[in-house]
Amino acid sequence: MAENSELYDAVLNGDAKKAVAATRQALETGADPLELVQRHMVPAMDEVGRRFECEDYFVPELLLAARAMKGSLELIRPLLTQLGAEPAGRVVIGTVKGDLHDIGKNIVASMLEGGGFEVIDLGSDVAPDKFVAAVKERNANMVCLSALLTVTMPSMKTTIDALSAAGLRARVKVLVGGAPVTQKFAEQIGADGYGENAVAAVALARKLVVQPVP
Amino acid sequence: MTLESWLSDGPVLCDGAWGTELQRRGLGPGECPDHWNLSRPEAVLEVARCYVEAGSRVILTNTFRANSVSLAGYGLAEVAAAINRTGVAISREAAGGRATVVASMGPTGKLLAAEEISEDEVVRVFTEQAAALAEAGADALVLETFSDLAEARLALRAARSTRRPVIVSFVFDSGRNNDRTMTGATPEQAAREMTDSGADAVGANCGLGAAGYIPICRRLRASTNLPLWIKPNAGLPEVVDGQAVYRTAPEEFAAHLAALVDAGASFVGGCCGTNPDFIRAAAEALARPRPCA
Repeated sequence: MAENSELYDAVLNGDAKKAVAATRQALETGADPLELVQRHMVPAMDEVGRRFECEDYFVPELLLAARAMKGSLELIRPLLTQLGAEPAGRVVIGTVKGDLHDIGKNIVASMLEGGGFEVIDLGSDVAPDKFVAAVKERNANMVCLSALLTVTMPSMKTTIDALSAAGLRARVKVLVGGAPVTQKFAEQIGADGYGENAVAAVALARKLVVQPVP
Repeated sequence: MTLESWLSDGPVLCDGAWGTELQRRGLGPGECPDHWNLSRPEAVLEVARCYVEAGSRVILTNTFRANSVSLAGYGLAEVAAAINRTGVAISREAAGGRATVVASMGPTGKLLAAEEISEDEVVRVFTEQAAALAEAGADALVLETFSDLAEARLALRAARSTRRPVIVSFVFDSGRNNDRTMTGATPEQAAREMTDSGADAVGANCGLGAAGYIPICRRLRASTNLPLWIKPNAGLPEVVDGQAVYRTAPEEFAAHLAALVDAGASFVGGCCGTNPDFIRAAAEALARPRPCA
């Protein structure tokens, strides 16, 4: 289903300028915004993910593709909103308290945006109460927690506990990730999932929040 | 002084982790470990001394984050030079002539490919840091825990301006087989590029444990004639009662270090999760005769 289009190529090659230009041109000539996303951009991001799995792409390529996608989405999103299309999910993301590392968190944030999620990025060294406040204020349905340091991994649990204490735990899915984090750790602290890398995180996020329509 | 001259008596045992040792002495989460060079120098000195006592013949410095870009994240860019100079002074005092001091330089944490930092900025901050470390008397410099060959090349150029030996060490923890850096570099690419760019030794540190670095070490060995530097971590931790706990025992780790020497490593030591007990065990393991060494 992947269209061999300029937009598809621009996203796949991580060329934000070309992606924005191709999007603008397509919209000016009357293209359907939803179709641009579904038939060009999402297939391009899927191909990016496939290349990542094949070790053809690595983190820099992911990041550039996600930025190209984001550039296009900035033009398309207002049109989608007019049409009444909702984002795939609303995600609050941040590196947990005590941890200043943000490369991994930034990549996951970009990839989620590229995957059609609305992302509220709280930055790094984020205290549990800030996560709680953001989930409340923005009516988020997912929280993504990042930690690079073994010493700050326990802050992930503190954050999940704070969400529970605020009565918000049932309405959000919590994903955790970062170099020292494992599936086992995710289970131990009561997270809903663990993403081994940014591609896996987005796939899991889609799976967890996309509820079948009754 | 060349690194080869340090190796005349065979492989050299380096130190283990500093961060976890400083935490045991009260370093809080989110606190900048490198700043303890100024605020708690006696604690840093104690860690360095413990490693020398345990048998480390190369010790590093508590300056991993002390480039002005990383320190800016803690609001400490202004005191970068003081942190670096004091870091070297502390390690030299602990070494007391029994160990050589290799000053630690970590990456900026910014991605060149994503234009989070410019090439000029990378060269500038590492030139500054390397100069401060060299002037304070570091015997050599190690660029450790690097992932991006582009950043490593620029940092190497900056570090070489001090005319001290420079070791470049990468983290291989990505890709299907955990044998790539985060940006996709293979051990072969890393070894060849750093050799061509004038490094005095290349290597691997941190990662996903010592066992996984044995095949990486062989691949580095096959790709360069330079001495190899390998400092793995103690594997991934588990969290018990809210604390990160490393399950690898010192003896098991020490056996892996001996295997790394057999695979061609000249400098061996530990990264995250290792402590002076690991180095003591390694000193014993390396002293034992091995059939195929």
